[in-house]
Amino acid sequence: MKSQIYYEDIAEGQLLPVLKKNPTRRQLVKWAGVSGDYYEIHYDDSFAKNRGLPGVIVHGALTASSLAQLVTDWAGADARVKKLNTSNRAMLFPNEDMICKGNVTRKYKENTEHLVECEIWAENPRGERCVTGSATISLPTRKSQ
Amino acid sequence: MHDSVITDELKSLIGKEWEPEIFDVEKGHIRKFAQAVEDTNPLWQDERFAKNTIHRGIIAPPTFLVDDGTIKIADKLMIVDCPLPAFMNAGQEIELYEPMRPGDVITTRAKLTDLNEKAGRNGALLFMTVEVTCTNQDNKLVCKHRHIFVRK
Repeated sequence: MKSQIYYEDIAEGQLLPVLKKNPTRRQLVKWAGVSGDYYEIHYDDSFAKNRGLPGVIVHGALTASSLAQLVTDWAGADARVKKLNTSNRAMLFPNEDMICKGNVTRKYKENTEHLVECEIWAENPRGERCVTGSATISLPTRKSQ
Repeated sequence: MHDSVITDELKSLIGKEWEPEIFDVEKGHIRKFAQAVEDTNPLWQDERFAKNTIHRGIIAPPTFLVDDGTIKIADKLMIVDCPLPAFMNAGQEIELYEPMRPGDVITTRAKLTDLNEKAGRNGALLFMTVEVTCTNQDNKLVCKHRHIFVRK
């Protein structure tokens, strides 16, 4: 586990460490089982093609969960995720890299909390941003240690 | 004359409260969830590690239960009378309050809150907003999920 980050150490514009995933069909099946989303476009190629898709596609919520992982890996265990928004703009396909990236867009205090907002997105191997979104995280401060 | 893709059946669903659903949060379910995401963060799995964090124990990842409360309403919106045949998930917004922990009993309440018809490049699109509120056994607000589904 990486060490904890603190509000004081964060600067707007800072990049989050890149998280590279490669969702396999097996992972899509695992996600279907655990999430309860059994829509066939995520595991049945002929069904997906009948729906006008090139083939099976990655669940939007699995990509959102990977972007959540990007954020929680970076923010550390003593952070709290307050908001996580994602928008599915283009399809991601299994057995292709899903590259999760982000950067800090804002840091501010609200009531007693020290918050950072990040822009987050998942790229396909062609550098296209297929899922875009934002996250708000409450971070610990060095003073509170 | 403009033909709306919003049928009477769709209109009748706006604001309708779906039957609440109950989910027992178990440590094994959280672990399976993390394994499906391939997220090895010990905060979701390792009690000893999690005890020494501000959370004082294992919590569920931010997207835990994100789909569970929407399955029934999404199944309906997939087949509801509408001239646009395809159904897609356009994204979601998650607001988190109390963390979900092993042993929690979560109640989800779902409703369709908005229908928004738009002209896309390849024809009409219908955006359907579904809001799900999750509360725990102490009736504390745990999270809100706002899903956008599309018929096209």
